[in-house]
Amino acid sequence: MPEQQWPLWEIFIRSKQGLDHKHAGSLHAADAQMAIENARDVYTRRMEGVSIWVVESKYVHASNPDDAGSFFDPANDKVYRHPTFYDLPDELKHM
Amino acid sequence: MPQQQALIDLTLQLADNALILGHRNSEWTGHGPILEQDIAISNIALDLVGQARYFYQYAARLLNESGESVTEDTLAYLRDGWDFKNCLLVEQTNGDWAKTILRQFFFSAAQYYLYEGLQNSKDAELAAISEKALKEVIYHLRWSSEWVIRLGDGTAESHSRMETALEDLWKFTGEMFIPAAYEDSLVQEGITVEPSSLQFKWEEKVKEIFSEAGLLWPGTPSGKKGGLLAGGKEGRHTEQLGYILAEMQFLQRAYPGCEW
Repeated sequence: MPEQQWPLWEIFIRSKQGLDHKHAGSLHAADAQMAIENARDVYTRRMEGVSIWVVESKYVHASNPDDAGSFFDPANDKVYRHPTFYDLPDELKHM
Repeated sequence: MPQQQALIDLTLQLADNALILGHRNSEWTGHGPILEQDIAISNIALDLVGQARYFYQYAARLLNESGESVTEDTLAYLRDGWDFKNCLLVEQTNGDWAKTILRQFFFSAAQYYLYEGLQNSKDAELAAISEKALKEVIYHLRWSSEWVIRLGDGTAESHSRMETALEDLWKFTGEMFIPAAYEDSLVQEGITVEPSSLQFKWEEKVKEIFSEAGLLWPGTPSGKKGGLLAGGKEGRHTEQLGYILAEMQFLQRAYPGCEW
C-alpha cells in the first residue's frame, strides 16, 4: 500500500494582540481546519499564541539562494536609504 | 445517605472519569497515527488528568474533614477497583483510532452538558472546577466531533471502523444518564444536575454529528432495548479497569511513597 502523506502546512502564530503573525514552523494536516487545530495543539500549548494562520506550503514561493548576491548585496552601500539624515525635534520619541 | 458522603462520592466519580479516560488516552503517547495527533490526544490526556487532580484534591479535603487521612495521590493510586466510580465507557480499551475517537466524543459530549450544568452548582468548589474545565471540554468535543465526521464520512475502511467502534461502545453510553444512589439526593439539593436531564441534549448532539458523518443513529441507549450496561458509578466494573489499575498503580504499590 503506498504511503499517503497529508500535505504540509506553514504555521504563523500571533503571540499577542498588536504584534505580527510570525512563522512558527510547519506540520501535516488533511485540510485547513485540521491544520489550525494541529497548530493549536503543537504550537500554542505553552500559551504562545492568540491567533493562528495556516498556509499550505506549496503556495509559498521562495527566492532562490543562488540569487542572493544580486538580490541583497547591492543594498550594502546604500546607507542613504536609511532615514538617519534628518534632524529630529527633541519632542519626538520612539523613532 | 449522609449528605457529606454523597458529595464525596460524586466528587470521586467526576475525578475517576477524568483520570481513567486520561490514562487511556495517555496510552497513545508515542503511538499516535501521526505526530500532530499524537500530541493532540496527549494534550487531551493531560487536560483530563488535570481535571482529575482538582476533583481529587477537593475529595481529599472533604474526606480529611471527616477524619480520614488521604491525599489526591492516595485516592488515585491506592484505591481498589470497587472504589472507583467512573462510568464503564471510559475504561474500555483504546482499540483503533476510530474507537478512541468515538469514546472521546461520547464522553466529551456528556461531560460538556454536565459541566455546563455544574457551573451553577450550589457547591462552590464543584462550580468553580467545572467552569475552569469547561473550556477544555469544549475543545475536546470539537476535536472529537470533527474526527467522527472525518472517519465516518471518509473512506470505506474508515467508515466501517467507525461502525465497528459504534457497535463496541454504544451499550456503555446509557450509563452516563442513570443516576447513582448518591447522585439522587444531591440533585434535590441543587449540588449536581439530574443525569437524565442531560440525555436529550446529548442525543441531539450525537445525532447532529452522526448525520454529518453518515453514521446511523442506533436508537436511544436506554432500557433493555439498547442492551444497556451500567454499574461503574457504583463500583461494578468491566474487567478492563483491573488492567488499567494494575499498570497505573503498580509503582506506588510496589514502592510506597516513591517519588521521581
